[in-house]
Amino acid sequence: MNIVVCIKQVPDTEAVIKIAGDGKSIDTSDIKWVMNPYDEFGVEEALRIVKDQGGEVTVVGAGPARVVESLRTALAMGADKAVHIKDDDLYGADPIAVAKMLAKAIEPLNPDIIFFGQRAVDDDSGVVSSAVAELLGLPQLSVVTKVELADGKAKAVRPVEGQTLVLEASLPVVISAQKGLNEPRYASLPGIMKAKKKPMETKTPADLGVERADILEIAVFNPPPDRAPGKKVEGETPAELAANLAKLLKEEAKVI
Amino acid sequence: MAGVWIIAEQRDGEFRKITFEAASAAKKVADELGAEVTALVLGSGMEGACAGLGKYGVAKVLYADDAALAAYTTDAYTNACAALIKDGAPDVVLMGASMQGKDLGGRLAARLDTGIAVDCTALAVADGKLKATRPMYAGKVYAEIFIKAMPQMASLRPNVFDIVETGGEAAVEKVAAEVGEVKAVVAEVQAAEEGKVDLTEATVIVSGGRGMKEAENFKLLEELAAKLGAAVGASRSAVDAGWRSHTDQVGQTGKVVTPNLYIACGISGAIQHLAGMGSSKVIVAINKDPDAPIHTKADYCVVADLFEVVPELTKDI
Repeated sequence: MNIVVCIKQVPDTEAVIKIAGDGKSIDTSDIKWVMNPYDEFGVEEALRIVKDQGGEVTVVGAGPARVVESLRTALAMGADKAVHIKDDDLYGADPIAVAKMLAKAIEPLNPDIIFFGQRAVDDDSGVVSSAVAELLGLPQLSVVTKVELADGKAKAVRPVEGQTLVLEASLPVVISAQKGLNEPRYASLPGIMKAKKKPMETKTPADLGVERADILEIAVFNPPPDRAPGKKVEGETPAELAANLAKLLKEEAKVI
Repeated sequence: MAGVWIIAEQRDGEFRKITFEAASAAKKVADELGAEVTALVLGSGMEGACAGLGKYGVAKVLYADDAALAAYTTDAYTNACAALIKDGAPDVVLMGASMQGKDLGGRLAARLDTGIAVDCTALAVADGKLKATRPMYAGKVYAEIFIKAMPQMASLRPNVFDIVETGGEAAVEKVAAEVGEVKAVVAEVQAAEEGKVDLTEATVIVSGGRGMKEAENFKLLEELAAKLGAAVGASRSAVDAGWRSHTDQVGQTGKVVTPNLYIACGISGAIQHLAGMGSSKVIVAINKDPDAPIHTKADYCVVADLFEVVPELTKDI
């Protein structure tokens, strides 16, 4: 099984996000960068499949030089090789523009499965996996919590509102991973040592024959809208507190 | 003429609430552009239901009837929508940021070689262009976005846009759909547990965190939720402790929810949790720690032991 996992490097979810001077990007000076948490599920699933069925896992990531660190993390977890699409200005790009680069980089690798995280926790778009599937003409199994492979087909469990779907498609296929798919492993110390010697190929968008063209344009970043200050619910006893809260919800907020 | 289209969402032949939200939002955009709203309805045996979308501001329905469109599949819907959109050349295409819309949007935008603003919380028109507002970085930033190609696509976060009843009946035109090859098929549909309300569709959510202490104690929240017709959510620590299923998790690595009422019980309010529920309309925090960050986000703060207050609240509602 030849598997590609696309990973994105994102700010750690604990990071304090400050709007940069240009008013439409974030200040990256104090950011700790990590592999997107949903992508870890993709890496883990790929490693399990290859352990079971044999094959190779290639991780692909796009962005500035720092992205190599997240690719190395995936190699330390056990992936075999990495492709870094190096573009210093790519962070914050239109996800479909990024998808076009990824599709060009993935195509010659001829994978049976391409894993993505279901969305990146920075731009929260969740667009890239299905855009890559479209650009490569492949079926997509999106936001799945279980994957089974048999007879050249992938079966995947996809929870939707009030239902759980079982999707099925022939390989090659694009799969996006949701929490619950597996428990990602941590990189071991020997894994980290080995990762240093694993192949890391660097390609520029020019090497891939693509020119970045954003259609989505961020005009401005605003801080989140303010919420009115909260009210402390009064009461001497739990019963009084509950009664007062119920009254406020019914009569003031009118939500119950 | 500039047109504003919505892609309607239906299940078992019934329109879902997000369809009415999208129609109402589309109507406002269309009014500003001096355009009309067209709804794209893909389904089977739904002709009778289509005209009713007029109530929410839809002037015209393009209805594609095909057995292969009865239930959503990525391929059939992308094929059918793309062909109809290319043909009708609308300026704006809106859909829900539901599981369906999130699956369809990126693929459709790539096929149409345009862009999509996903999970928007506000729409406006500026200089004749759609201006979409969407939270990024888990709600720490709100971006205003323009799409520099046609159609300008956006998906709308459920339960954010008001449903507005404006009109009468929509004109219904039956159209042929190009369904094409369905490569990813739905092999099986399992219904959710009876009576279980999905978090992303719930108007009230009762949620528990580390302060719940053990899985069994969630019974208290379930009792309150049953009275309120609410869904039960959980913080990451409650999920990681194995007390609740990961499908119940609210937060940056869980579900983003926008109920009318969110009752956080024994949840400290880590930044990742606030990311998932911060846009709820009314937030109640029940936490005995007065310094818990959740109290700074809540509209109503109850500084008390949840094990004492929640059962009383269940009685009072």
